[in-house]
Amino acid sequence: MDLDRLFRALADPTRRRMLDELTERDGQTLFELHVRLVSWHGASLSRQALSKHLQLLEEAGLVRTEWRWRSKHHFLESSPLRQMWDVWMRPLAGPPEREKTDADQDRRDERAGG
Amino acid sequence: MPIKIVVTSVLVDDQEKALRFYRDILGFELKHDIPLGQHRWLTLTSPGDPDGVELLLEPSEHPAAQPWKDALVADGIPATSFGVEDVHAEHQRLSALGVAFTQPPVHLGPVSTAVFDDSCGNLIQIAQRH
Repeated sequence: MDLDRLFRALADPTRRRMLDELTERDGQTLFELHVRLVSWHGASLSRQALSKHLQLLEEAGLVRTEWRWRSKHHFLESSPLRQMWDVWMRPLAGPPEREKTDADQDRRDERAGG
Repeated sequence: MPIKIVVTSVLVDDQEKALRFYRDILGFELKHDIPLGQHRWLTLTSPGDPDGVELLLEPSEHPAAQPWKDALVADGIPATSFGVEDVHAEHQRLSALGVAFTQPPVHLGPVSTAVFDDSCGNLIQIAQRH
């Protein structure tokens, strides 16, 4: 896993939005993804620019392409996101707030003679 | 009216195959079928609208036509778009007839669209306005 490459890929709002759109419907062609970005988000984005964004996401491992008959379809690859979380973010982030609160509550209960 | 749209075209690999698809599967009606050299001047109109805009099934003979069509298909870009009343119903009807869709019906702002393969080297979009 190339953390630098992943964070660079995610550092752009258009590319994050593309991942959101693939969550809406996985396996889109360049055409559909472009129509979605332009019509839902009013993004002024050429297909060529979108194509470059897709290539960057693919190189980072966040998008996988598959040819079906003669058209290229794009699929979200979420495992690198989980790896980023597991390897680098979770250790820094610590336990979720809720768990922390529960643990604190448990300690208080213990002190109270539970 | 000083000028008006009379004919529009799609570039097809094979005119006879295209006629079968556009007439027998999509449901357009034959308007002109005139021999023209080794090909035909082959046009269709929307069902029930014989005086409307004609669709010319034009041979994709030029050497640049094939790479151009292939590049559009690779990116999922339709060669043209037709209007339908109910995109979901049409998707169901055409799928049952064996037509392959690259994009199932999707609601995008003011329209719902779907994209299918015309078996003659093109993708075609159908769109329903809301």
